[in-house]
Amino acid sequence: MTNYIKLIVLGLITLLAMIAANFARDLAYMVNALTIMLVAGGLFLWTVRKIGEPVEKVDLSGEYMDGVVRYGVVATALWGVVGFAAGTFIAFQLAFPGLNFEWAHGYMNFARLRPLHTSAVIFAFGGNALIATSFYVVQRTSATRLWGGNLAWFVFWGYNLFIVLAASGYILGATQSKEYAEPEWYVDWWLTIVWVCYLAVFLGTIIKRKEPHIYVANWFYLSFIVTVAMLHVVNNLAIPVSIFGSKSVQVFAGVQDAMTQWWYGHNAVGFFLTAGFLGMMYYFIPKQAEKPVYSYKLSIIHFWALIFIYIWAGPHHLHYTALPDWASTLGMVFSVVLWMPSWGGMINGLMTLSGAWDKLRTDPVIRMMVIAVGFYGMSTFEGPMMSIRAVNSLSHYTDWTIGHVHSGALGWNGMITFGALYFLVPKLWNRERLYSLSMVSWHFWLATIGIVLYAAAMWVTGIMEGLMWREVDANGFLVNSFADTVAAKFPMYVVRGLGGVLYISGAIIMCINLYLTVRKAPAVEATNQLVPAE
Amino acid sequence: MDLYSLLREFADSWMLLALFLFFVGVILWVLRPGSTKTYRDTANIPFRHEKAPAQAEANARKEA
Repeated sequence: MTNYIKLIVLGLITLLAMIAANFARDLAYMVNALTIMLVAGGLFLWTVRKIGEPVEKVDLSGEYMDGVVRYGVVATALWGVVGFAAGTFIAFQLAFPGLNFEWAHGYMNFARLRPLHTSAVIFAFGGNALIATSFYVVQRTSATRLWGGNLAWFVFWGYNLFIVLAASGYILGATQSKEYAEPEWYVDWWLTIVWVCYLAVFLGTIIKRKEPHIYVANWFYLSFIVTVAMLHVVNNLAIPVSIFGSKSVQVFAGVQDAMTQWWYGHNAVGFFLTAGFLGMMYYFIPKQAEKPVYSYKLSIIHFWALIFIYIWAGPHHLHYTALPDWASTLGMVFSVVLWMPSWGGMINGLMTLSGAWDKLRTDPVIRMMVIAVGFYGMSTFEGPMMSIRAVNSLSHYTDWTIGHVHSGALGWNGMITFGALYFLVPKLWNRERLYSLSMVSWHFWLATIGIVLYAAAMWVTGIMEGLMWREVDANGFLVNSFADTVAAKFPMYVVRGLGGVLYISGAIIMCINLYLTVRKAPAVEATNQLVPAE
Repeated sequence: MDLYSLLREFADSWMLLALFLFFVGVILWVLRPGSTKTYRDTANIPFRHEKAPAQAEANARKEA
C-alpha cells in the first residue's frame, strides 16, 4: 500500500519538475528542475521494480543503524576532497588571474566558484560529517537504534540532493548573495524539510534512550540542529519573483537585512562549525583516549555559556556600518566574553588526555584530535581580538579575516573530522585497525604544515594591506591605490595556494588509507561464537 | 507604546534578569552536593553499549 502512495507522489513530483523545467525562466532553475525530475523519476522506477515483492518484517531493534553512517563517512571524505580542490583552485585564481579561463567565463570565474568552495567544505564536508557522527554518537550514547526507520536515509540523501542543487545553481548563477546562505528559495525550502526530518530522527532517538542521562555530546548536537533550523528559516525569508524562476527578493531590507545576515552568519560559525563539532570532540576524544572527559561539570557549564553568549556575537561583522553603535558594541562585548567558554571547552578537551599524554607519541589519530582542539583554542582567541572595534578597523575586509576563518576551519573542523573518520572507519567496517598509521602521520604533517603556511601568509598579507589602505601622506592623501595592494600581495597568495596543495594532499592520502582499511585491513574476529562455559 | 519599545523594554529588564538567573542557576545546579558521583557515571556513557543497544546486550548476556 505504502508503495502505491510513494509511486503517486514520486510520479507527481516528476511531472511537476518536467513542467517547471519547461516553463523555466533561467538556466539554473531549469537544470535544478531537471535534476529533481531525474531523481524522482529514478526513485519511481526503483519503487515500481520492488512492487509485489514480499516484504520481510525483521526486528532490527537489537542492532544499531550503521548503514547510513557508513554512507555519511564516504560522502564526508569525498566531498572534503572536492571542497579542498575547489578552494585550492580559487586560491591560485587569485594569485594568477589567467586561471579565470576565457572559455569558462560566466561559469568558472572566481565569483562563481567561491560559494561553491565555501558550501562544499562547510555544508557538504562539514554537514555530512555532522550528520554521520551525530547518528553514530546518539545511538551509542542512548543505547538504542535510530528512531524513524528509513527517515535517516531520507535525511542523508535529501541533504546531499540539497548540496547538488545548490552547487549546480551557483555555477549557473543562482544566488541570493548572502554569504554562506547563497542557495535560492526552493533549495532553502527543500533544506528546511530535510532539516525538520533530521531533528525528528535525532530527537526521537534521544526520547527513546535507555540511558537515564543525555550525554553532553548530544546536547551540543541538538543545539546545533535546533539553532541552524531557526537561523536558516529567518535568514532566508524571501519572496520568489516567479515560481518558475530562481530569483527571489529578501523580505528584510537595508541594515535589518545586514544584521539578520550576520546574526545568521556568525551563528552558522557558532552552532554549525562550533557546537556540532564540539559534540564530536566530547565523544571521539574520550573514546580515542579511552578515558572519560576531564570534567563533566565543566562540560555542562561550557555548553550553557557557549550557547547563551554565541547568539549575540553577530554584530561584530558590522563595525563602522549603518548599524547603530550600541548594537555593534554589544556584539563586540559578547564576542570578547565568548573567549572564556571557548577556552573552558578547549581545556576540557585537552585535559581529557591527562594521564594519557604518552598516547600522543604512539597514536597519530589522537594527535590529530589534539591539534584540532589546539587550533580551536587559537582561533577562539584570535576571533574575539579581531571583533574589538579598533582591531577590526585594521583587519576588516583584509585577508586577515580569511586567515582566521581557515585556521578555524582547516585546523579545528577539518582535523577533528579527520580524527573522527579515522576512528569510525575501522569500527563501521569491522576492522581490527587502520591500514597504515604512518599514512596518518603523513596526513597529519601535510595538513599541519599546510595550515601554518596558509595562516601565516594571510596574517602577513592581511595586516600589510590593512596598513597600506590607511596610509596617508603629509597632505592627507592616500599613498597607495587598491591595485598597489593587490600587486604587493602576490607572493603571499602563492604561499597560501601551496598551503592548500599540502592540505589536499593529506586528505587524498587519508582517502586512500581509509579505502585500504576497508579492503585490506584484517577483520575483527567474531568473539561471541566460543563462549567458555560458566 | 509601540510594539518595538514594549519588546525592547521587556528584553532590557525582565528577560535579561530571567536569562541571567537561569545561567547562574545552571552553575549552582552543576555544583550541587552529590553531583560528582552522578556525573562520573554520566561521563562513562560512551564506554557502554558500543556494539549493540542496551536490550540486545542484556539478551546476549542471558543467553551466554
